[in-house]
Amino acid sequence: MRDFWRRFRRNKGAVVGLLILVLVILLAATAPWLFPGSPWDMAAAPFMPPGEMDMLLGSDSLGRDVAAGIAHGARISLLVGAVSTVAALCIGVSLGAIAGYLGGVADDAVMRFTEFFQTIPSFVLAILLVAIFTPSIISVVFAIAIVSWPPVARVVRAEFLSLRSREFVQAAEVLGKTRLAIVLGDILPNALSPIIVLSSLMVASAILLESALSFLGLGDPNLMTWGFLIGAGRSVIRLAWWMSVFPGLAIFLTVLALNLVGEGLSDALNPRLARQRGGAA
Amino acid sequence: MEASKLPGFLARRAVKAVLVVFAIIVCNFLLVHAAPGDPASVIAGQSGVADAAFMEQLRKQFGLDQPLHTQLWIYLKSVAQLDLGFSHRQQQPVAKLVLERLPATLLLTGAAFAFAIAGGVTLGALAARRVGTWADSLITVLALTFYATPLFWVGLMLVLVFSVWLEWLPSFGMGTVGVELHGFAFALDLAKHLLLPALTLGLFYLAVYCRLTRATMLEVADQDFVKTARAKGVPEGRILRAHVLRNALLPVITFAGIQAGQLVGGAILVETVFAWPGIGRLAFEALLARDYPVLLGVFFCTGVMVVLFNLVTDLLYAVIDPRVEVAG
Repeated sequence: MRDFWRRFRRNKGAVVGLLILVLVILLAATAPWLFPGSPWDMAAAPFMPPGEMDMLLGSDSLGRDVAAGIAHGARISLLVGAVSTVAALCIGVSLGAIAGYLGGVADDAVMRFTEFFQTIPSFVLAILLVAIFTPSIISVVFAIAIVSWPPVARVVRAEFLSLRSREFVQAAEVLGKTRLAIVLGDILPNALSPIIVLSSLMVASAILLESALSFLGLGDPNLMTWGFLIGAGRSVIRLAWWMSVFPGLAIFLTVLALNLVGEGLSDALNPRLARQRGGAA
Repeated sequence: MEASKLPGFLARRAVKAVLVVFAIIVCNFLLVHAAPGDPASVIAGQSGVADAAFMEQLRKQFGLDQPLHTQLWIYLKSVAQLDLGFSHRQQQPVAKLVLERLPATLLLTGAAFAFAIAGGVTLGALAARRVGTWADSLITVLALTFYATPLFWVGLMLVLVFSVWLEWLPSFGMGTVGVELHGFAFALDLAKHLLLPALTLGLFYLAVYCRLTRATMLEVADQDFVKTARAKGVPEGRILRAHVLRNALLPVITFAGIQAGQLVGGAILVETVFAWPGIGRLAFEALLARDYPVLLGVFFCTGVMVVLFNLVTDLLYAVIDPRVEVAG
């Protein structure tokens, strides 16, 4: 663990990313105290530029506090990002494990299925899913999970393919362990590091996807989100630039932080690869 | 790959393309049936206009009283005849609506793609020649930035800067409203309207292709056939174009094929921001009206677009790959 942290720390970008991420999480956690009351309530006159009438980041067309919207939106973005990633991991790890461990026909079938999901315009499918199952936080999470599992399945399959013929797996087979026990107890723990790196990137892309969906008006109608804020600012951008600029910066910083942390995790978990990269650059 | 294997390769790809389109149709069919409520209400577009008699007629027409596989067969047959359903909101067949909007989307995605590939490959090649300099790190930073920025927000910020503040370019639509333009003036007007949306859609891919070109060019430049060419006294510029770049393009093309779906998905967001009258905008309007037949039609159409684009990249790959000898 100490070693892990030392290697992570060597990547300066990753440390900055982690710092930003912690700040965003703090903002999300303290939103009810920093901005008490509902972010949907009127707090000032409409279209107040940043700094006026106590509005740090201005107010929107209905006099709502943009800063409060961003703080409360952080909760939803992080939540949707985390939950949909967990859901996508469940689908991807199961399918990847089946394909990689069983091989043969099962592998072929799963990989064709995965390829199909990677070929189709996944954002259009996500829109369709949310629209048909009516927008709610559950349908949004579901749609994001459905379109973002394929890379997990590919990575897990590749890991399982290379691990299943190793001696410790053969030993477990000889000992008479069940297949499920081998997959969960022996192979999966050894395949964790690429999954961890991938999942930080997946949280990032899930946040982007959620913001895009709620920008199109497909967010949960009861929840304040960053994408909704930008969508609300779109038609009045000539009047109130701050309505779309600041929520966008929030998305940008959060996603950037997650990507940086992902690179740091990758360096820390694959020290050999990191050294090679360091040598080449 | 040898030239003799080329037709077989392309035939396999074509079969795969047909299978993907088939799977998309099945996917649409399942979505209609998985939706909460009656499939007939989805087909009618939940528009509230559908009365009981009309719903009954729909149920009959789509055979909703028949077993599921019969229904699928009916659905497949109608899609094969390019019948994508009827939009009761707009009182027009979905296929007509989509086809009307298709040229605008093709223009936008085509322009964005051309911009991304030309710019990305050029910048990537430049960066590869100047490894380790400021230009090199600038490209890495830019790529990281574009990876993290929501596409629709980039569009809004470009509107803010170039339309609202600088007033250089129009912020919405495909042409100036209320004027009849012809010839060169029309093209110029269209180009002005196209510039911001195409930039928005293309910038992210520009960053991606740039990084990819840089990485593969560095890799290829180290290989023996390049050293041989240099030893033979081939001019440096020709080595770069004919040997290094040609090989470095292959992964870029493969990647472009993989990302085609994302490009088309991004077009929906960009068209929404810029009110560009393509199928993305059509999808957004259908979304607001909960016009499901149109949404399903858009999914089908974009899916076909991606599959066709993939076929083109396969063909391009075969043409550019120096290991393929063009017969005759």
